Amino acid sequence: MENEAIIQIRDLHREFVVGSETVHALNGINFSICRGEFVSIMGTSGSGKSTLLNILGCLDKPSSGEYIINGTSVNKLNINQLSTLRNRQIGFVFQNYNLLARTTAIDNVQLPLLYNSNISAKERKERAIAALEAVKLQGRMDHFPNQLSGGQQQRVAIARAIVNDPVIILADEATGNLDTRTSYEIMTLFQELHSKGKTIAFVTHEPDIATFTTRTIKLRDGQIVLDENIQQQSAAEALAEYEKNMKHTMI
Amino acid sequence: MNLLNLIKISITALTRNKGRSFLTMLGIIIGIASVIVMVSIGQSSTQNVRSELSSMGSNMIMIMPARSMRGGVDMGTGHSLNRKDLETLEKSTKYGQHISPMVSSGAQLVFGSNNHSGSLSGVSASYLDIRKYKLGAGIMFTDNDLKTNAKVCVVGKTVVEKLFTNGEDPIGQTIRCGRVPLKIIGVLESKGQNQMGQDQDDIVLVPYTTIMTRFAGNKSRDNFNMLFASATSEEESEMAATEITYILRSNHDIKAGQDDDFEIRTQEELLSTMSEITQVLTILLTAIAAISLLVGGIGLMNIMYVTVTERTKEIGLRMAIGAKRKDVMLQFLSESVILSLIGGFIGIIIGVCLALVAASALNWPKTVSQSAIGISFLVCVATGVFFGWYPARKAANMDPITALRYE
Ligand SMILES: Nc1ncnc2c1ncn2[C@@H]1O[C@H](COP(=O)(O)OP(=O)(O)OP(=O)(O)O)[C@@H](O)[C@H]1O
Ligand SMILES: [Mg+2]
Repeated sequence: MENEAIIQIRDLHREFVVGSETVHALNGINFSICRGEFVSIMGTSGSGKSTLLNILGCLDKPSSGEYIINGTSVNKLNINQLSTLRNRQIGFVFQNYNLLARTTAIDNVQLPLLYNSNISAKERKERAIAALEAVKLQGRMDHFPNQLSGGQQQRVAIARAIVNDPVIILADEATGNLDTRTSYEIMTLFQELHSKGKTIAFVTHEPDIATFTTRTIKLRDGQIVLDENIQQQSAAEALAEYEKNMKHTMI
Repeated sequence: MNLLNLIKISITALTRNKGRSFLTMLGIIIGIASVIVMVSIGQSSTQNVRSELSSMGSNMIMIMPARSMRGGVDMGTGHSLNRKDLETLEKSTKYGQHISPMVSSGAQLVFGSNNHSGSLSGVSASYLDIRKYKLGAGIMFTDNDLKTNAKVCVVGKTVVEKLFTNGEDPIGQTIRCGRVPLKIIGVLESKGQNQMGQDQDDIVLVPYTTIMTRFAGNKSRDNFNMLFASATSEEESEMAATEITYILRSNHDIKAGQDDDFEIRTQEELLSTMSEITQVLTILLTAIAAISLLVGGIGLMNIMYVTVTERTKEIGLRMAIGAKRKDVMLQFLSESVILSLIGGFIGIIIGVCLALVAASALNWPKTVSQSAIGISFLVCVATGVFFGWYPARKAANMDPITALRYE
């Protein structure tokens, strides 16, 4: 169970043709992600992180190469099958939260389940409440995004990403808009989800954020230059340490 | 995504921009309301014409002598209708119910010191049935009065008002017309003005035989001004007209190919001419109203485009979390359909109210066109789908990655 590869990528290429130029955003990528891994994807700007994550999230298709998620080869799927696959198997967390404005936290969290006709209204609500409890926002269910802090909004977004019980959670710069303290809080939350067995792929360009994961994949010019398991640091401890330091500097 | 959720989402989205939603609806409201008003007013006016005509007797048939032309010169009305025609018609008609001749004569009516210049209508007793007059008081003259050329008359309300200024009971009184004294034996119920604005109560009915023998100067008259007939029913008036034509032609020895020396008019013909006019007007006005609906629809389309562009990020997000193109398409289509349906509903209410107000102001029958309401509903759905289609398709065809990155 532990070592089952839920994501397999073989010789993946993604090219963009802009005018007469061809951009090789991804240029021969190979890796697998097993169930329960917490992978950080690093690299400089333009190295292909987002492009890779979009393909992992079935928003985009590779130009060539193979991508298998949970036993399904994505290349063969049509556009509707891809939608269903995203709806059932994938949870997205974006840098800018992407919550629906003027929509309560609980309604935002329910949104993915609305596109799954097998789920009743009652179950939808129960699962949304459970997801909001998992991100410790049970007291903010009826709040609108503009009544929540950035960190809280990102936690609503994380609740939305886990409400469909996805095979993998994909996060693109999920802490990119947050200050250090809030970033650590969010990472603490991700670590909790990971410890409960969730598989996470986390794009970041901040090395200290990457230390909270269990494995780092480093991209440069569309190719993997480093792929290694790392010693996972505790985000909760880092947060405590940070607050202690802050107190000192305040005094 | 099931229908209920879809509608909920659309309504939430629409209430977020109440002002804009309302302004968009306004175009639809005005369009639908004006269509309803125009169609309803058109229908009331047709009904108005119909009810006026049927108050004159919708199964009435008028037979007049044709204007005789000789060598291209109009010789005036002929004298083709006579007692023989009347008798033959009375004997042999199957579709005709009543027949009454009409001989008229202008006359100065005198009672005491009061004068009234009116006209005498020489008719038979069935004239009342044919023209839908009712006796208010007294009696109508009888066949016996016709035989004896009795000097009796039945008068209308206007005549009574003009001659009996002291409030005397007219019945039993004798009025003078020239040299002839006429005893009033009945008074008609008031009928008011007809379609052409003529006073239908300024009338003195006299046995036609009386007019023909006593008012024709020295020689007695043999010809009628015209004949009035009534068919057994409104539906049968065309049959009756055909039958009368046939009888009169053979009576007058008119050979095949020769023109009739008389003219027949049914109310049915008059009605269809009148309703043709109102119909053309209705179609014209409705077309104008339809244009305003078209303008409303274009406004709706415009706003839907704005909405789709504004919500690009939302569309990207919905697609990322599993919305199919079909779901996105339906979401925006249902928004535009709901907008136009609500607009249409308000428009129908306003249109119905305006139509009722207009009808009561014009004193026309209050009709609300049910078919216009039904069609309006369908038109609203069609407007919503038609004008929402391209914006919704634009939304559905977005690329989720690009849409998510849209600022
Ligand atoms: N839709 C596109 N059309 C053309 N080129 C693209 C497109 N998307 C990405 N690229 C190119 O692909 C390369 C990789 O882009 P990508 O967005 O994956 O980088 P990134 O690693 O996410 O960078 P950052 O850290 O700035 O987000 C870049 O050179 C970019 O210009
Ligand atoms: Mg990126």
